[in-house]
Amino acid sequence: MWDSIQTFFRDLAERDASWNFIYIYDDNELERVLEGMWVTLELSVVCVVFSVVIGLVGAWLQGARSRIVRSVVQGYIQFFRNTPPLVQLMFFYFALGQFTPTYSPDGYLQQPIISNVGWAIISLSFFAGAFNVEIFRAGIEAVPQSTQEAAESLGMSRFQAYVYVVLPLAFRVSLPALNNNLVNLVKTTTQALAIAVPELLYQLVSIYNDYSTAQNACMVLMFIVYITLVGFLVFGMNRWERRMVIPGYGGGGGR
Amino acid sequence: MTDAANGNWTPDLPIVSLKDVHKSFGDLEVLKGISFDVMKGEVICIIGPSGSGKSTLIRCVNALNPIDSGSITVEGQEVNDPKLDKLELRKKVGMVFQQYNLFPHKTALENVMMAPVLVLKEGKASVEARARALIRKVRLDGKEDSFPGELSGGQQQRVAIARSLAMQPDVMLFDEVTAALDPETVKEVLVTIKDLAQEGMTCMLVTHEMGFAREIADHIYFTDRGVIVEHGPPATFFDEAKDPRTQEFLGQIL
Repeated sequence: MWDSIQTFFRDLAERDASWNFIYIYDDNELERVLEGMWVTLELSVVCVVFSVVIGLVGAWLQGARSRIVRSVVQGYIQFFRNTPPLVQLMFFYFALGQFTPTYSPDGYLQQPIISNVGWAIISLSFFAGAFNVEIFRAGIEAVPQSTQEAAESLGMSRFQAYVYVVLPLAFRVSLPALNNNLVNLVKTTTQALAIAVPELLYQLVSIYNDYSTAQNACMVLMFIVYITLVGFLVFGMNRWERRMVIPGYGGGGGR
Repeated sequence: MTDAANGNWTPDLPIVSLKDVHKSFGDLEVLKGISFDVMKGEVICIIGPSGSGKSTLIRCVNALNPIDSGSITVEGQEVNDPKLDKLELRKKVGMVFQQYNLFPHKTALENVMMAPVLVLKEGKASVEARARALIRKVRLDGKEDSFPGELSGGQQQRVAIARSLAMQPDVMLFDEVTAALDPETVKEVLVTIKDLAQEGMTCMLVTHEMGFAREIADHIYFTDRGVIVEHGPPATFFDEAKDPRTQEFLGQIL
């Protein structure tokens, strides 16, 4: 079965030079594509998780008593929201990367502690995290002060009220906006190409640099993979949204 | 008073005691020296025109609003003490709000169970038994698994009362608890409060329900512009009000 598919595409490439699906019939290129997909997936999942955590912590800190803490969070948001993610990636990797300590795994070559993949994760998580802070803040502000007062008057601490009352309600309000931002984040992972993170776009660009006839085929794959990846994310988020609908409460949750 | 503040409170002393309480929001002085005592098992109603500081007053008793000067004690414990353990205070004082303020993502039963489990760290099984009994007590059997959004205003308010009672408080504060309800459901909430009062729960109510106040209160306080203008047992208060401001207010309402 797989053999005949490979043969079909090998023949197609010979018949029509603009449709060279080399990554299907050439095992080396197939491996590069699979590796690229894996890195893309890894980058997406890790950044989504980190950015959500950053968003939750940031939104919590925004309600802190200390002015200094609040202005640090505000400064962080302004910096990461108002500069292009591509510039952030390059700044982190090329500028900050120079100042990070190095280590030597083989006693011969020096390697920076944070690899380009590491910098991509840090930079992209903070980028999306800045938006998530604002998204969660909007959700938290939508929870009436009186609901928090009720929690407080039942003896709950600020933290208990945040975790058990405010967040579950805020989350429901935030989900649609969070959904959008996470979709954006997954798409933005392609920009890690700029610091040579071997994700899917990087691999495909190298393939069509090696085989210029593979360009169209690479573009097609790019779209298919991202439509699928983002499709799964949106599907999951929508299901989650529906599951979180509270009977008789608000309109929330795309039903 | 100093004795009581040291934790030597005994049930024959006032359970709640206010002495010269002052409270301002910015330039606006809302409470201008309020003093009164509530004895254990007593039901007092605070009435007065809007903006007279009734709600602020009652919210100060469980430290939702800090006071500027004076003193409020609950079972001898100073509420205004910066070192106050708010948890200790809130175990003693339950509060029910005008807008019910139930947790919309929890069922009626979960609403009632939440604080005892989280705050008092009690076992789920015993809390659940108590919660179910309380829900029966407020006559909501069968609604245990309903979410607040599926209940009427009056039903939600009764869940809120049960939720507050689950903490087994010594004093209950009711802040205009029927003001957001339609007339048919007001009664079911008032009946619940009346039951409580008859069982000997100490209650402080801010209310506009004059008939109800007259029926259940041991003592009525009339506040206007931050001071207590007049007070007394319902019979004397309603029929023999002396202050012209009280007379005017009662004239408008009754």
